[in-house]
Amino acid sequence: MLWLGVALAVLVLAVAAIAYGAVPIGAHAVIDAIAGRGDPVTVAIVRTLRLPRAVLALLVGAGLGMAGAALQGALRNALAEPYLLGVSGGAAVGAVTAVALGASGPLVLPLASFAGAALAIAVALLVARASGGRADPRVLLMAGVIVGAFANAAIMVLLSNAPPNEVRNALWWMMGSVADAGWLTVSWLAVYVALGAALLLWLARDIDILSLGEESAAALGVDAARASRGIFLIAALLSAATVAAAGLVGFVGLVVPHLVRSLGVRRHRALIAGAALVGAGLVVAADLVARLARPPAELPLGAVTALLGVPFFLVQLRRLS
Amino acid sequence: MIRFDRTVVRYPRAAVAAVDLVSFVAVRGAVTAVVGPNGSGKSTLVRALLRLTPLAAGVIAIDDVPLSQLDRRALAQRVAVVAQRESLVFPLPVWEYVALGRHPHEGPWTAAPSRTDAAIAAALDRAGISPLADRSTDELSGGEWQRVRIARALAQGGEALVLDEPTTFLDIAHEMSMFELFARLAKDGMAVLLVSHQLNLVARFADTIVLLHRGRVAAAGTPADVMRASVLEEVYEWPLLITRDPAVGAPALLPLRNRGPRSPSQLP
Repeated sequence: MLWLGVALAVLVLAVAAIAYGAVPIGAHAVIDAIAGRGDPVTVAIVRTLRLPRAVLALLVGAGLGMAGAALQGALRNALAEPYLLGVSGGAAVGAVTAVALGASGPLVLPLASFAGAALAIAVALLVARASGGRADPRVLLMAGVIVGAFANAAIMVLLSNAPPNEVRNALWWMMGSVADAGWLTVSWLAVYVALGAALLLWLARDIDILSLGEESAAALGVDAARASRGIFLIAALLSAATVAAAGLVGFVGLVVPHLVRSLGVRRHRALIAGAALVGAGLVVAADLVARLARPPAELPLGAVTALLGVPFFLVQLRRLS
Repeated sequence: MIRFDRTVVRYPRAAVAAVDLVSFVAVRGAVTAVVGPNGSGKSTLVRALLRLTPLAAGVIAIDDVPLSQLDRRALAQRVAVVAQRESLVFPLPVWEYVALGRHPHEGPWTAAPSRTDAAIAAALDRAGISPLADRSTDELSGGEWQRVRIARALAQGGEALVLDEPTTFLDIAHEMSMFELFARLAKDGMAVLLVSHQLNLVARFADTIVLLHRGRVAAAGTPADVMRASVLEEVYEWPLLITRDPAVGAPALLPLRNRGPRSPSQLP
């Protein structure tokens, strides 16, 4: 019942996101246009511009929400999320490198991002271990921020030789955006998000056990080191795919799992499914805010989620101590 | 039954073995206690049993099946371990936490046990915490939390229970009721293996005591065999007296102030 309500709210948000724009379209007309009925100009606007944008936002939110839920559970860290751990930054380096080498496309771009993301999480965990262990959630976060800063610097170096309009595009992308959504991007992101979702739902029981800690996990028959490596890689894949499609959208992975837990969800299968739904709704809503705040200008999507996420982060940080 | 047979554990880059040729058996229907000073290898034995650290030599066997032939799930179905420390970052209702004990018996897609599942109700009941089932784990006292963890271990359904210093932070009443619980579980047929610092309680409740010293077995046997002043003084490097517990007649240890005539001269 609760989930039906949440799903309905996400649907309403998505329709609103499609309805709102330079040419406002009524809710009925939106549904007709998706079905291919009505005024051909409206159909064209909805089907080639606004629908892919809304679907991209839904997918980005779902992917980041699930990645955050999985990372928080497996790391036993209420502050963990792809952006703050430097995973998204690593993914961005991978993507920029691929583009700089002239390679893009539905396979190379996400996989280059994934390589960067996987490397980033491995380095963040190593740095955390070397500086006092993963037991203190703040140490891991510091390591993540360091990795993120390094990734930022690497991107600046990579861009230093690029022509100005390419730099502008890259910067816009680094601030997160679903504005240039097309069906090609949407379709490959859908594949990666579905793959990540299936794997995480399959491993959700293990995440429940990992959240008890290494020794208790071992006592319950789970090899914590191996299981968490798998979870990290899946979370990195989800983050990397969203970064390749829409740039850096921070804090979604942090906020969403806490919202779902506040609805009384504890076990990770339900938590991950709920995080996909709530994350989808949150990013669609954030994109709507990005367009509504200062028309006709658009705010970067990543800026909107950060403005929402930073106060939330501070509340969580306070709760830790 | 848990059997340690000439078990050796060596940590990387350590000069001496953390556990060196340790042999003993924890049988069903009895409380077996492992005692010894800090760093004597007690927790290393538990980590080796959990396969968190590899054996350099020797065997650990569960019902005569060596650990190396059991996968982690099969091990978790037979032996439940309550580790020394555990804290939850994300609190759960007690019954859902206890339900996690069923994990070794579940596939990835089996439905999670419900609130009324028989195995969970039985585990809550045996640990004496049925009234706590709907509380959240972050609203429990230290003693309640330890019992909830034992209930989770009992939900695993094995016939051996290993506890690593389970009463460290508990007051007398909670500590006593925990030891009574261990004795009851042993009487019901479980093999209870207890790592503890509480020599006097162990002397009253355990059937067998294994005293470790620098990774080796310094003494093993009944409480009367192990609780001897000469042995304990050497292991703990502190002067002490062994008297008799006036209530039940078990040997009892009384550490002395460090200035009596028995005080070893090398101590400060």
